Amino acid sequence: MSDFWSSLTLLFQVGLFVSALRAATPLIFAALGGVFSERSGVVNIALDGIMLVGAFMAVMGSYFLKDPWLGLLIALVSGALFALLFGVIVIRYRADQVVTGVAFNMLALGLTGFLLRLIFHHAGQSPMVAKLPDWVIPFNRFPGLSRFPALQSFVDRWIQPVLGQHTPPVYLAIAAAFLAHYVLFRTPFGLRLRAVGEHPRAADTVGVNVYAMRYLAVGLSGALAGLGGATLSLGLLSSFIENMTSGRGFIALAAMIFGKWTPLGALGACLLFGFFDALQMLGQTLGFRVPREFFLMLPYLLTMAVLAGVIGRATPPAADGKPYDKSHA
Amino acid sequence: MEPIVRLVGITKRFPGVLANDGIDLEITPGTIHALLGENGAGKTTLMNILYGLYQPDSGEVFIRGQKVRVTDPNVAIRRGIGMVHQHFMLIPPFTVAENIVLGSEPRRGVSLDLKRAVAAVEELSARYGLKVDPLARVESISVGMQQRVEILKALYRGAEVLILDEPTAVLTPQEVRELKVILDSLAAQGKAIIFITHKLKEIMAMAQVVTVIRRGRVVKTLPTSETTPAELASLMVGREVILEVEKGPSRPGEEVLRLENVTANNNRRLPALRGVDLTVRRGEILGIAGVDGNGQSELVEVLTGLRPATGGRVFLKGKEVTRTRTRQRIRAGLGHIPEDRHKRGLILDFSVAENLILATYDRRPFASGINLNQGEVRKHAERLVREFDVRTPSTETAARSLSGGNQQKVIVAREIDRDPDVLIAAQPTRGLDVGAIEFVHERLVAERDRGKAVLLVSFELDEILSLSDRIAVMYEGRVVAVLPAGEASEDILGLLMSGAARSADEARAAVEGGNRVG
Ligand SMILES: Nc1ncnc2c1ncn2[C@@H]1O[C@H](COP(=O)(O)OP(=O)(O)OP(=O)(O)O)[C@@H](O)[C@H]1O
Ligand SMILES: [Mg+2]
Repeated sequence: MSDFWSSLTLLFQVGLFVSALRAATPLIFAALGGVFSERSGVVNIALDGIMLVGAFMAVMGSYFLKDPWLGLLIALVSGALFALLFGVIVIRYRADQVVTGVAFNMLALGLTGFLLRLIFHHAGQSPMVAKLPDWVIPFNRFPGLSRFPALQSFVDRWIQPVLGQHTPPVYLAIAAAFLAHYVLFRTPFGLRLRAVGEHPRAADTVGVNVYAMRYLAVGLSGALAGLGGATLSLGLLSSFIENMTSGRGFIALAAMIFGKWTPLGALGACLLFGFFDALQMLGQTLGFRVPREFFLMLPYLLTMAVLAGVIGRATPPAADGKPYDKSHA
Repeated sequence: MEPIVRLVGITKRFPGVLANDGIDLEITPGTIHALLGENGAGKTTLMNILYGLYQPDSGEVFIRGQKVRVTDPNVAIRRGIGMVHQHFMLIPPFTVAENIVLGSEPRRGVSLDLKRAVAAVEELSARYGLKVDPLARVESISVGMQQRVEILKALYRGAEVLILDEPTAVLTPQEVRELKVILDSLAAQGKAIIFITHKLKEIMAMAQVVTVIRRGRVVKTLPTSETTPAELASLMVGREVILEVEKGPSRPGEEVLRLENVTANNNRRLPALRGVDLTVRRGEILGIAGVDGNGQSELVEVLTGLRPATGGRVFLKGKEVTRTRTRQRIRAGLGHIPEDRHKRGLILDFSVAENLILATYDRRPFASGINLNQGEVRKHAERLVREFDVRTPSTETAARSLSGGNQQKVIVAREIDRDPDVLIAAQPTRGLDVGAIEFVHERLVAERDRGKAVLLVSFELDEILSLSDRIAVMYEGRVVAVLPAGEASEDILGLLMSGAARSADEARAAVEGGNRVG
């Protein structure tokens, strides 16, 4: 009897972590996109809309080309292009970044809904398409692991069930976070990108092309957010649903701030927020007393606490949100 | 010797101003070449053109005899031209080494090779005697070190010509001496140095050649060995300038500002004021002398209500104002010329006229009901621009596009014209040309003579000694001595400012003793 209970709790916990990871993945991509953009000095409120575009284009790709991987690629490219359009307006024409971002979110919502009807003659949801096949990674068969029975049993009970089988974007997102961290803090490209976001004129006077760096960063952020959207439509589900991001782009922004504008910080924050999301879902099935809105609110509450300096201090890049005008020396 | 840089007929026009008007200039390797000129004469513009930040409307740039179109700083850098800007171009959260290599980073594969960056910085800093800590963050180092970082940045890029725009304006006298040693050694190693300053003494001491510019044109280029400060001043202003302040004895009246045992913290929450007692009376100028960073900035901020006092009491005209807000203090008769003109003095994107009413916009005649009376605002601005000789195309020009010195004049005009009973003037003449300094000094003395109190904070000992009636010396957050100006000398103040003497008597004794021995 007690055996039954312990295995039930175990199941729930493993399940909880699995769904936390799944919920975190789209956030991770988008938050990394946010980090690149804001580190270069461009506030990218449009992340949510770019995700939506990515989610839609991924399904289009998979539907017409019959290959979910091509769908993923198309999501990446269209996310980058959509973001670059945003970039032209805020970098070249120096429009207010927040206002433009809001407009792009609305544009994405309207455009994807419209195209959905136009192409699939369907309101609300696209037909089912081929989704990305799960990857299975046998952590528990790691060579030599069996020589350490305690470790082996830990891997068997926890690592394998939580991490062993997922849609590919889960692994890609985690790898991307580490890669992004390296790029941002260990390469000349990263140094210049951060310089442009802190003090563009200083970067300009040593010959760093401020506009080029910002376009690159915004394009990169769009590619990442596009992948985040594709994760929703092709990784976790297998169709596009109108407004399927439901504000995840904003949670990703919150995670970026919570992670203090660093890729690994953002990764941690996304995992935490994913965990809240999973708790909320579990709560619904188990009938928790705590209303699910409480969990949905947590990411924002925590982010506000960080912004207010209650938990650590978060200082955005100094030139974040400020258009750069080269002629104003 | 062949000139390394030759500018021929450089002309540059901005909306409403001819900033450079057919300027010719030759720079020779191994010399320190000073540029002198009034505020707004066009010095910074000319250097920005040489460095590729601006394009001239006409004229030619020759580098090593070759005609070059300097379309952007990259071109200048490749041709061996480096520039240290009037406002530093450093990235505060980056380390010294990162700032220096930014834009031409050493690489290992795709990665930034930080070890080699640090090694390169150390090698350069040893070769030219520029002491820096490569791993320190720029936001946490002194202004003097930041300047050395700027110079290293240029040298790292292989600069043979080094442009310094008002490098000494932000330095303490000690740091100025160090800079002289550095520039001498750079010149000795064959570098050409162009250096802009308003301080005639510095030109005489540091440069071999000086070019005087007035209203966008070259007045004269001459060797410093064949001129005098007085001649330079009149060349540049176009009239005789009185370099000494003329003032009669002070007639101090009632006390209007009083500090009792005031304490406060600095931005890093460490004690910056450790119990300051001070009084200022009507009809006197009290000078605060001290090396930068001994609590002067915090003192000014506490007085103006921009920083909370952690202890003690402040009285303005007999009323306690320790916890009163800045606005109320202004109403009660406090004026403030802040030391950082960009952070505290101006709203750069506002027009000159708007900046001139920042403290009075809500009162008559500028406010009528809920409206701004634009006619009055303009009339007011036009009067002050004329009176204070602010060189600006119009009163509607954004403060941002004024030259550094003219921005300063806008602040000085606003604060003096408001006619406060107590005027706190922090580095009021920083970046001003000698003509403008003369004018501001005259106005400060006039305020005093009209029975106002002036608290003058300055790192320029000359300014303190020539303007003050009494001098208070600050050291490590305390006023260590207050002495009548007549009893002060550069030596006595120097001893007190460095902490070598703990009281006026001690300092006097040391100086007299030193004289007897010497
Ligand atoms: N970006 C700009 N836009 C418009 N006008 C400008 C701009 N830069 C400079 N000016 C004008 O050109 C003139 C020359 O300015 P500049 O900064 O070269 O003077 P300066 O000699 O360096 O003066 P200071 O000693 O006060 O620094 C000034 O009248 C200034 O208002
Ligand atoms: Mg200048």
